[in-house]
Amino acid sequence: MISPPPAPAWNRKHLLGLEDLSREEIVGILDTAESFSEVSRRSRKKVPALQGRVVFNLFFENSTRTRTSFSLSAKRLSADVQDFSASVSSLTKGETFIDTAKNIEAMGADVLVIRHPTPGAPHLLSNHVGASIINAGDGAHEHPTQGLLDLLTIRRAKGTIEGLTVGLIGDIGHSRVARSNIWGLLKLGAKVILCGPPTLVPRGFERLGCEVAHHLDEVLPRCDVVNALRIQIERQQRGLFPSLGEYSHFYGLTQDRLNKARPDLLVLAPGPINRGVELTPEVADGPRSAILDQVTNGLAVRMAVLYLVSGKGDAPST
Amino acid sequence: MGPTEVLVLDAAEMEAALDSMAHRIAEGSRGGAPLRLVGVRSRGVPIAARLAEKLARLLGEPVPVGALDITLYRDDLGSGNRWPVLLGTEIPFPVDGAEIVLVDDVLYTGRTVRAALNSICDLGRPARVRLAVLVDRGHRELPIRADEVGLTVETRRSETVRVRIRPVDPADEVIRESHPSNPEAAR
Repeated sequence: MISPPPAPAWNRKHLLGLEDLSREEIVGILDTAESFSEVSRRSRKKVPALQGRVVFNLFFENSTRTRTSFSLSAKRLSADVQDFSASVSSLTKGETFIDTAKNIEAMGADVLVIRHPTPGAPHLLSNHVGASIINAGDGAHEHPTQGLLDLLTIRRAKGTIEGLTVGLIGDIGHSRVARSNIWGLLKLGAKVILCGPPTLVPRGFERLGCEVAHHLDEVLPRCDVVNALRIQIERQQRGLFPSLGEYSHFYGLTQDRLNKARPDLLVLAPGPINRGVELTPEVADGPRSAILDQVTNGLAVRMAVLYLVSGKGDAPST
Repeated sequence: MGPTEVLVLDAAEMEAALDSMAHRIAEGSRGGAPLRLVGVRSRGVPIAARLAEKLARLLGEPVPVGALDITLYRDDLGSGNRWPVLLGTEIPFPVDGAEIVLVDDVLYTGRTVRAALNSICDLGRPARVRLAVLVDRGHRELPIRADEVGLTVETRRSETVRVRIRPVDPADEVIRESHPSNPEAAR
């Protein structure tokens, strides 16, 4: 009940990725998210913190859950939220990406939440507009709020992240979720094992400090946590792995495989999940699955990030 | 020259002030609704905990304590250079139907109390809310008054009233600090 030690003050205007953040900044976001979890458990799930602020969702790529999660988080902070989808916009009439963002800023946007297929698009935008930028996924580069919500889910289930062994399974090479997970987990002191077909898990990841492996049955018993990344069906059509059936045979999380893992293994999956491919329904809905906790924690993490970047947006620009 | 410090309450006087507040809180209770204390972070929480111990002895039953972080309800949020760090609200009992005593260390402009009332009412519908503060230093900017006050102190706006209380501080004391009007010239 007596105050916990305060998290270090946040001093950034944008959240572009976890690679740039210090361990203390990541812990600060997670601690702030814990405060917002309490708001989400109330019957009246709203606080006035961002009253009068405007949050724009700029999604240049399809997304349902991330956009919905950001919208709901902003609403719980009493901000006004506006969605902007590329498909219905002037982009189809030739307007450039930066012009679009500047127009939205001229409408008074304080925070731009951006998803874009090109890596680095949020960074580019942060140099051209005055609003705070939150990266909601840029190509295969980063998806920092997904990384943070995975970290929060692990910390809540295990008490700590330091010293844990975390396996990321599947398509690492094309995955922004994997990259944000890798940065966050390594900074917080976890051991990270990347496991999948050699075409999807390049050896180059060893340079970041991860172990690269290709045999799930050898890796799984060593893990405290596994994160089953989504297989993007379109990759299979490019011949990076033979078939979904074969992928599932070698890398799918099944009850059989779980029986040989540690009894307290925590199973995460960023979703949307392909039932029967990355994991069987039995595992997805089983007692070790934290998939729905991840969704709930995503709201708390996004409220924390919106709150923190909004504060810095008010500072005089010197 | 640093600030001039004047001791307003020492440990024994603070203990006596808290005893008397606890008695008046117990006497002022209407009954019929469970009595609950809610401390405003940060110094309101250890004061509430201390009052709760005394009330438990007076009433012969435990009096639960919650902690309220009013940051998200502040009317000056975003006006500073730094965004405040959240310490979190922890209310381990239902607010609905309870007789809540809000507890804070110093009552000054009343803005914190306004934020605390809004915050409490977002958590439920209490049967009644009272306000207990260790020190009332005046200078209200909103129509707010305390129901129970440990000590009323005349202050100037330029002064600071600092409450130190165990276990978050090394000792129990209340200090009034006067700051030189021009620190540069005073050096």
